[in-house]
Amino acid sequence: MARFTQQNEAMARDIVTRYPRAKSATIPLCHLAQEQDGYLAEDAMVHVAELVGITPAEVMGTASFYEMFKLHPVGKFVVNVCTNISCQLVGGEELLDHASSTLGIRPGGTTADGMFTLEDVECIAACTEAPACQVNYRYFHQVSNDQFDDLIAELRAGSRSDVPAHGTLGKVRQTLPSDQIANVTPPEQQSEPVWIRRHRESAEAAAAAAPTGGVSA
Amino acid sequence: MSEPPRKPVMTEAIAVTINGKEIEAQKGELLIDAAQRNGTYIPRFCYHPRMTPVGMCRMCLVEVDTGRGPALQPSCMIECAPNMVVDTESDNVRKAQDGVLEFLLINHPLDCPVCDKGGECPLQDQTMAYGPGESRWVEEKRHYTKPIAISETVYLDRERCILCDRCTRFADEVAGDPLIHFMDRGAATQVNTFPGEPFSSYFSGNVVQICPVGALTAKPYRFKARPWDLEQVESTCQGCSVGCRITVESSRDRLLRYNGVDSDPVNWGWLCDKGRFGFEAINSEDRLSGPLVRSGDALVPAHWNDALGAAAAAITSGLSTGGGAGAVAVLGGARLTNESAYAWAKLAKGVIGTDNVDAQLGDGLPADVVLGLPTATIDEVCTPGGVILYLGPDPKEELPVLFLRLKHAVERDGAKLVEVVPARTGLSRWATATVTYPPGEAASVVAALLDGSADLDQAAVAALAGATNVTVVLGRPSLAESAASIVDAAAAIVAARPEARFLSGLRRSNVMGALDAGLAPGMLPGRVRRADAHDHYTSAWGGGLPESDGLDAHGILTAAAEGRIDTLILVGADPISDFPDRALAERGIAGARTVIAIDTFLTESSRRADIVLAAAAFGEVSGTTTNIEGRVSRLAQKVTAPGTARADWAIVIDLAARLGRHLGVSNVEDIAAEMARLAPSWANVTAEFLAASGHEDGVVLPLPVSETVAHSEVPEAEATAEPEPDAAEPDADVVVVEAPRVLPPLVSFVAPTPTTIPSPDAYGFRLVVNRTMYDRGVLLSNSPSSSGLADAATARMNPVDLETLGLVTGAAVKLIAGDRSIVLPSRSDAGVPKGTVVVPHHRSESGPTTLISADHQVCDVRIEVAS
Amino acid sequence: MTDTPMIVSSRWDEPTGHTLDGYRSTGSYTGYAALERALSMSPAELSAEVKGATLLGRGGAGFPAGVKWGFCPPGVWPRYLVVNGDESEPGTYKDRILMERDPHQLIEGCLIAAYAIGCAQVFLYVRGEMAHAQERLAVALNEAYAANLVGKNIMGTDFSVDIVLHWGAGAYIVGEETALIESLEGNRGMPRLKPPFFPAAKGLYMKPTIVNNVETLANLPWLVLNGIEAYTAIGSEASPGTRLVSVSGHVNRPGVFEIPQGTTTYRELFEDDRYCRGIRDGHELKMFIPGGASAPWFFPEQIDLPLEGKVVSGAGSMLGSGAIVVMDETTDAVKACLRIVRFFARESCGKCTPCREGTSWEEKILQRIMDGHGRPSDIDALLDIADNISPGPYPVASHPDAGLEAIPFPPRQTTICPLGPSSVAPITSAIRRFRHEFEAKITKRDLIAVSAGAHS
Ligand SMILES: Cc1cc2nc3c(=O)[nH]c(=O)nc-3n(C[C@H](O)[C@H](O)[C@H](O)COP(=O)(O)O)c2cc1C
Ligand code: SF4
Ligand code: FES
Repeated sequence: MARFTQQNEAMARDIVTRYPRAKSATIPLCHLAQEQDGYLAEDAMVHVAELVGITPAEVMGTASFYEMFKLHPVGKFVVNVCTNISCQLVGGEELLDHASSTLGIRPGGTTADGMFTLEDVECIAACTEAPACQVNYRYFHQVSNDQFDDLIAELRAGSRSDVPAHGTLGKVRQTLPSDQIANVTPPEQQSEPVWIRRHRESAEAAAAAAPTGGVSA
Repeated sequence: MSEPPRKPVMTEAIAVTINGKEIEAQKGELLIDAAQRNGTYIPRFCYHPRMTPVGMCRMCLVEVDTGRGPALQPSCMIECAPNMVVDTESDNVRKAQDGVLEFLLINHPLDCPVCDKGGECPLQDQTMAYGPGESRWVEEKRHYTKPIAISETVYLDRERCILCDRCTRFADEVAGDPLIHFMDRGAATQVNTFPGEPFSSYFSGNVVQICPVGALTAKPYRFKARPWDLEQVESTCQGCSVGCRITVESSRDRLLRYNGVDSDPVNWGWLCDKGRFGFEAINSEDRLSGPLVRSGDALVPAHWNDALGAAAAAITSGLSTGGGAGAVAVLGGARLTNESAYAWAKLAKGVIGTDNVDAQLGDGLPADVVLGLPTATIDEVCTPGGVILYLGPDPKEELPVLFLRLKHAVERDGAKLVEVVPARTGLSRWATATVTYPPGEAASVVAALLDGSADLDQAAVAALAGATNVTVVLGRPSLAESAASIVDAAAAIVAARPEARFLSGLRRSNVMGALDAGLAPGMLPGRVRRADAHDHYTSAWGGGLPESDGLDAHGILTAAAEGRIDTLILVGADPISDFPDRALAERGIAGARTVIAIDTFLTESSRRADIVLAAAAFGEVSGTTTNIEGRVSRLAQKVTAPGTARADWAIVIDLAARLGRHLGVSNVEDIAAEMARLAPSWANVTAEFLAASGHEDGVVLPLPVSETVAHSEVPEAEATAEPEPDAAEPDADVVVVEAPRVLPPLVSFVAPTPTTIPSPDAYGFRLVVNRTMYDRGVLLSNSPSSSGLADAATARMNPVDLETLGLVTGAAVKLIAGDRSIVLPSRSDAGVPKGTVVVPHHRSESGPTTLISADHQVCDVRIEVAS
Repeated sequence: MTDTPMIVSSRWDEPTGHTLDGYRSTGSYTGYAALERALSMSPAELSAEVKGATLLGRGGAGFPAGVKWGFCPPGVWPRYLVVNGDESEPGTYKDRILMERDPHQLIEGCLIAAYAIGCAQVFLYVRGEMAHAQERLAVALNEAYAANLVGKNIMGTDFSVDIVLHWGAGAYIVGEETALIESLEGNRGMPRLKPPFFPAAKGLYMKPTIVNNVETLANLPWLVLNGIEAYTAIGSEASPGTRLVSVSGHVNRPGVFEIPQGTTTYRELFEDDRYCRGIRDGHELKMFIPGGASAPWFFPEQIDLPLEGKVVSGAGSMLGSGAIVVMDETTDAVKACLRIVRFFARESCGKCTPCREGTSWEEKILQRIMDGHGRPSDIDALLDIADNISPGPYPVASHPDAGLEAIPFPPRQTTICPLGPSSVAPITSAIRRFRHEFEAKITKRDLIAVSAGAHS
């Protein structure tokens, strides 16, 4: 579990080109590493550091700030039950308790078979569909205890193709081949955009032609 | 946290009201600084005047009214604006500050009685001054496992940390080593390193100094003393020639700590770790504590009386050999104070009468070059927007705090820096351009660069083109490349840019002071040529001066090897380990009939001496020192030397007496007074002058005295006593110069005839021998915390070269020069140009200096796969 | 929702609304027609149009977008547009729907803004946990690039701009615009100080940067196609147009609704058949949060106020992100308060002392009270800790029965950003109104048998 595979390294390099400064790719590359390994391994952070030109300590400083990056292995399915106010009001905590007993683990724990990690999370933006939970960041709305148990059973049985392994976010990525990129250069190499200049110059010309006063366009 | 406020940038003077009193501030100046400059100290934790303000701790909140009513604002982030009304003492401010302190204390362990910082802790102090009385906190405090070693020398106790971001900011923006970082989030935030990657920064000790609590502690000081037991004096670090100002702190006659002093023209409060922890070597058990004389194969303790007698006898007998005074030679002197250096110059040149004297060991540049080129201070080199040409050793390794200043100038002050070096350096990351040259070709590369050659790095050419304010840092990039080729490069710069000014890049502690004092062939004290000052010193010292220019270290060792030196005196010099041609140094020492060494430790060279005199070290003697800028600052004595070790100047006076001459001085004060009177570059730099207020940072030699006046006739009546650096009238700088009234002119640089450099052999490599901060030299080997830090020697080569040899990093290679060879592991390094191989100095006795011949301008080696 | 004007939600129920074809063929306007119109105008004319329509920011602060765009210092390039899709304020669920169901609307909004402001690059920062939204946007961007709607020489003009899809990794504070910028630079999402780091002047890479919320930008296509008059005809004069509100908690029909801004009252919203259809069966309103977890609470007395920024802030709270959380009489005020405080304690970035230490201290005390280990001094301690985070009178709704006046929004702060002070909102709101509930738990050790959880 480790550094990027050759294919992922190529993708990582491609992602870096989308940003005016390489360091901006830190979080996307950490996601890519997590997609590869299921969690963010130390060697992966070292590789990310090399690719974006910072130190591993800086990568870890950034990664450890964010909830989603798991610096230690987690279950294949990370189950996030929201207990924040909107969910709490209509049963979020009860759902969490239920999840806990179904899975036999406390929030923060991982099942012995490495299948599930349960988390008590903050608002996941499904407030009007409470109580809600996510599995590997796929939403489940208005979840009853029975529905939750069914879901877990299906996941265990491997019959939920809509929920990829932990670490995978969007299954489709933005493709931005370098020949399609219009204008990604470091900020110091940027200048006034062409259309802005064109309009400014024509406004200036118009103003010069109308001596009585400024025409602003 | 006694940091002085930031020096304001003069923009526009504006009036700001603080606590009802109108003060003058500069527009854009930070409120926290303007207040402090005007006597109102606003408490703070995260703000540090030498780093970017972050406004995190919120301790410095004050009420600021800019016309829309008072609002709490962090004074470390607010810039002064006209008519701002500030209250730093209102009830709201008090409440906010009490609140912040309470918040900081709820998770703080309050283990002050066992904390190194207790007694000098800003958190403790501010709690006394501003804090609430009692804690309402009844919850459990944050817990972490006890201190973790974040590096070889620094420990972190996360429980005590208040997350002010000082250490992490320092690591990132000052040192450029972001190896410690905030980790995790919110109340769980902690400072830490990446697993397995310690905070191995050359500057790590600074974080201990700037930590506002006891979270960071230094291994050499942990639990050694309580602040109230420490006594301190200000002094100047002698770890290298940058001359950082420090406090020397001791307890019970033992050095315990150095801290950086914020000297605005020099070190800004920072120190490198080698300097900061240098006191360990001084405390070493292995220090020489009394004289030794040879008895057969062994050096045995002797009485001073006998040892000095033997030394004087050796000198006398040397003088009586056919070689005359030249049969006695003196090597070394860069370890000395200025006063001791002057005393040695007087003894050697005025009493013994030899000009075979050299403070440098073939690893520097000729004195007339160093002293004769127009000079620039560090501030002048680092002028915002300036253009710097760097031709010298890796500054991060050899002149660490100069590296910090240069990095800052480029990174934050818009200076452009072009490096001309044999291989990339620790500064290259920040340099505008790095031009690498094959050893020996510095002069032609520099000339082509300044000529705008199209074949070279265009960023470098562009930076230098048309720049009228070029300053040059000039040193010796490699021991395997002759000084002559660097002198030629200097000549090329002077030819192309006559207005260019130079800062010395020579590294050994007081080398500038030693050269200034005349410890160089062809020179006499005060930055004057022997020929020009012969009469001046003849009349001042009473005759006996050498009549022609003597030999430098190379010449002296060659002569000694050939049996032409009878008595060789090593003044804190270890030519066997330091001279670039180790074999010649060994032969030279073996060839001299008597070798006298004056030193603080037994070194490879002094071990082979016949008479060893124990010298007092830094912290044990007072006097002055001169840094790379020519800045003279004061050294203070704080502890007593071990055993009977004596100050060098005292040894000199004694030796002179035994040679039948009274040196005319009997203490440091006398010597200083004589220097100020006689030595032209020292004119008027008296002890009183240096002690005067405003001169805490030292003064740069020579004082700004109009040359015609100072160095020709000075009508005594017109002279005034005290130069006023700021006075409008240039005449105010005229100084009192007692008899003799005509001083010889200061040396100026004369370009020598260029040397010819052999063209590289197509199959060979050019050797570069560089120095690193940590090596296996005597001082570091005697510093427990640093002794393990030198990495193993490797031969660094360009990856392409390595591949051509069919090797991968780590494979052993054999470097062969003539009939000498060494075997080392190789290391692939894209920063080394093709055809060059870089080997560090001072790792073992069979180091790269065994390959170098001092007779050659460069050292070409063949590289073979070692079996 | 038939008679509500649909400016941003018209394609939510269209099965193909998220595709390029669907965007062009369904909904209340034709997709990318607005871009064509925009490109025929000068950037200055376009900005004037947005300014004239008083398009208020929907991210929380309610600042007019057109005015904000004008803060970019003239002649300083490049300028960046950063789209705030980090939606994490408890109670808020609208930007996710906009991104999942109508991604092209947002992309078109970005293009219009970029053209007007003069941005060469747009970064679309989506909350990390929203995998589906990221996927929908990725597909939409790929379609748009292929159709020459994004990238080089858009629609054959000299307007070129890249939109880069970026996502976070889970940290509420990154929704704050300067923290968002830090995060986009690859750093820990810790806010910068304003002053001096106002994004419009010194933002991404220290260059002028406009940060706008997803919903704000999603308004642009309709606005540009229909013009100022049509836009300002909806809603109130100060707050024209519509806005999305997400109503959650104890109502019969929780949901996300597009309502006319400034005119609709909370009562209408809670009771009207088009919206929430009343407090859940047989229960009474106890309190509601009018604008996300950061907002001070409102009570039944405030129910007739319109959802109008100035009115709500005058009444002691804020419209914020349009998140309304309704709580009936079964709700345990202390428990609700703890849950929200715990959120801020967990989400504090840790940069400034009062928030880092204060929020977790508040949480610990509240937890202790909930656990039956409260001390009489705790209530005052809570209020004083709150005062050390947010000094002076904290915004709160009026309580006519108790003779308490409203204290208007916003609060003062000893912190860098408003997160710390937000943790004070539930504390002062709950203690001022329901002090007895706290006292009961502390003195009687009587865990009032109120579950904040049970379904009705
Ligand atoms: C703690 C905090 C969290 C915030 N979270 C969000 C958020 O999730 N989404 C958002 O659009 N704005 C959020 N904001 C507001 C942004 O700082 C910013 O004002 C907004 O994105 C500007 O866009 P607008 O002008 O279009 O509303 C937050 C502000 C704060 C202080
Ligand atoms: S108030 Fe809280 S979230 Fe905001 S900067 Fe301070 S610590 Fe971070
Ligand atoms: S010193 Fe100003 S906030 Fe820390």
